[in-house]
Amino acid sequence: MSIKFKHVSYVYAPATPFEQKGLDDVSFELKENQFIALIGHTGSGKSTLMQHFNALLQPSSGEIALAGHRITPTTKQRDLKTLRQQVSLVFQFPEAQLFESTVLADIAFGPKNFGYTDAEAKKLALKWLEKVGLPKSIANKSPFELSGGQMRRVAIAGVMAYEPAILCLDEPAAGLDPKGRHMMLELFKAYQARGHTVILVTHNMDDVADYADDVLVMEHGRLLRHTTPSEVFKDRAWLLKHGLGQPAASEFAAQLAENGLPLLPQPLTLTALTHRLVAHFKGGE
Amino acid sequence: MTKIIIGRYIPGSALIYKFDARGKLLVTFLFVFAIFLANNWPTYLVATLYTGLAIMGTGLRAHVFWDGVKPMVLLILFTSALQLFFSTGGTVYFHWWGLWLTSTGIVNAIFIFLRFTLIILISTVMTVTTQPLAISDAMEWLLTPLKWVGVPVAQLALVMSIALRFVPTLFDETLKIMNAQKARGADFNSGGLIKRSKAIAPLIIPLFISSLEIAVDLATAMEARGYQGTSGRTRYRVLSWQKYDLLNAGAFVVLLILLKVLG
Repeated sequence: MSIKFKHVSYVYAPATPFEQKGLDDVSFELKENQFIALIGHTGSGKSTLMQHFNALLQPSSGEIALAGHRITPTTKQRDLKTLRQQVSLVFQFPEAQLFESTVLADIAFGPKNFGYTDAEAKKLALKWLEKVGLPKSIANKSPFELSGGQMRRVAIAGVMAYEPAILCLDEPAAGLDPKGRHMMLELFKAYQARGHTVILVTHNMDDVADYADDVLVMEHGRLLRHTTPSEVFKDRAWLLKHGLGQPAASEFAAQLAENGLPLLPQPLTLTALTHRLVAHFKGGE
Repeated sequence: MTKIIIGRYIPGSALIYKFDARGKLLVTFLFVFAIFLANNWPTYLVATLYTGLAIMGTGLRAHVFWDGVKPMVLLILFTSALQLFFSTGGTVYFHWWGLWLTSTGIVNAIFIFLRFTLIILISTVMTVTTQPLAISDAMEWLLTPLKWVGVPVAQLALVMSIALRFVPTLFDETLKIMNAQKARGADFNSGGLIKRSKAIAPLIIPLFISSLEIAVDLATAMEARGYQGTSGRTRYRVLSWQKYDLLNAGAFVVLLILLKVLG
């Protein structure tokens, strides 16, 4: 199985003075069980594209095939509930979606909607509460008593608790401290390694370099490139032209190269950079 | 993201868009009274022509105005029907129990119909060509006399402007929360009344909380920039009379004179 977009376009507010193209003839095919990064500067259509993965937005034209569903402009919303269980979305600042009286009930909301019994939902909720790194002791607290970072984790647990086959995340680590950020991304990577697809919308090129297998680059509602992280980060000038950047390690290596110390192949991650440097100096001596 | 229409303002570039909001608001308000001067065919013709010119002046498609009238159609027809069957006088065409169909009745029904429709059309012209914020500023100006009796008009106008400013923000927020809950399997569109009203809690509670957060943030941000009430504040959007406004006023005065002379 794969995730296929065929000539997908989306128009906001069609036939009004506010009509605007959100997606413009986007086609690609993604392999399942990979970690996919979706990048592009603000307003490039990343979020619009993301909402097509579980048909919160339906294409104005074109066709999407994923998780055993076919989504066309005429697909009925009521036929999509099973899709929502398999493909889930974590929006930016998901802590805004908390509403229940206890943390546990909030995490169990999704599983219950998708047909788990109360007992099963509670069990899943407890499991995911721990997985996102929160102590069991907060299970019966109100989510509104928690800190911002903890609320974020509760919200993410609430989406992962029904264990969707495809998990799409829009800047899930925005505003978290470095430790929290690292922990979150490791959690998503581990989730992907256990046989799920993770699609990460991000502005952080280090996350792309560290975690992604595959990269989609969006611009003006169009798919600019679909390639691997090592390919996309090769051309610094191209990245800057499109409002993107390189991972810190590549940036560092580029500056070393400018000052007469080229490291090849180009390192993307800090680990790779360290290895290249060690090899260079050891080899040089 | 999604652009939404606040109120019914539709962007355009016709001359009527350049009229000062105060002038438009005042004329709309006075038109409601002026229409009562109309009492015969020529005066109604003049009022209809005036409205027609205003509509044409907006350069917008007719359905915009039909949308304005549509919600009121039943009320207009009901009132006209009352006039039609319960007025007496003139030639009697038909009489059955308490119902009369008379020449006066028919004429009155048409007049009432026109009066209602014209008022709605004129106010639609005002609301589709004037930005809500400008209307709010114009209201503040019109309410200035209340300041003298201690009504905090400026603060009220500020509250109104802020409310208008946050309509799109809250709309986006609603959409976002709705989508987030839909992604978690919430279903807002099916089931009976009880199921639906229960389904609304996951939407209302987060929305309520984020509105309060937005309000607190805004208050802090305003205080941080020195806001302490409104006395002595200058304004960013300054309404100023232009030469076009003479056209607006002139047209209305001509209407008044014609109504008076022909009536």
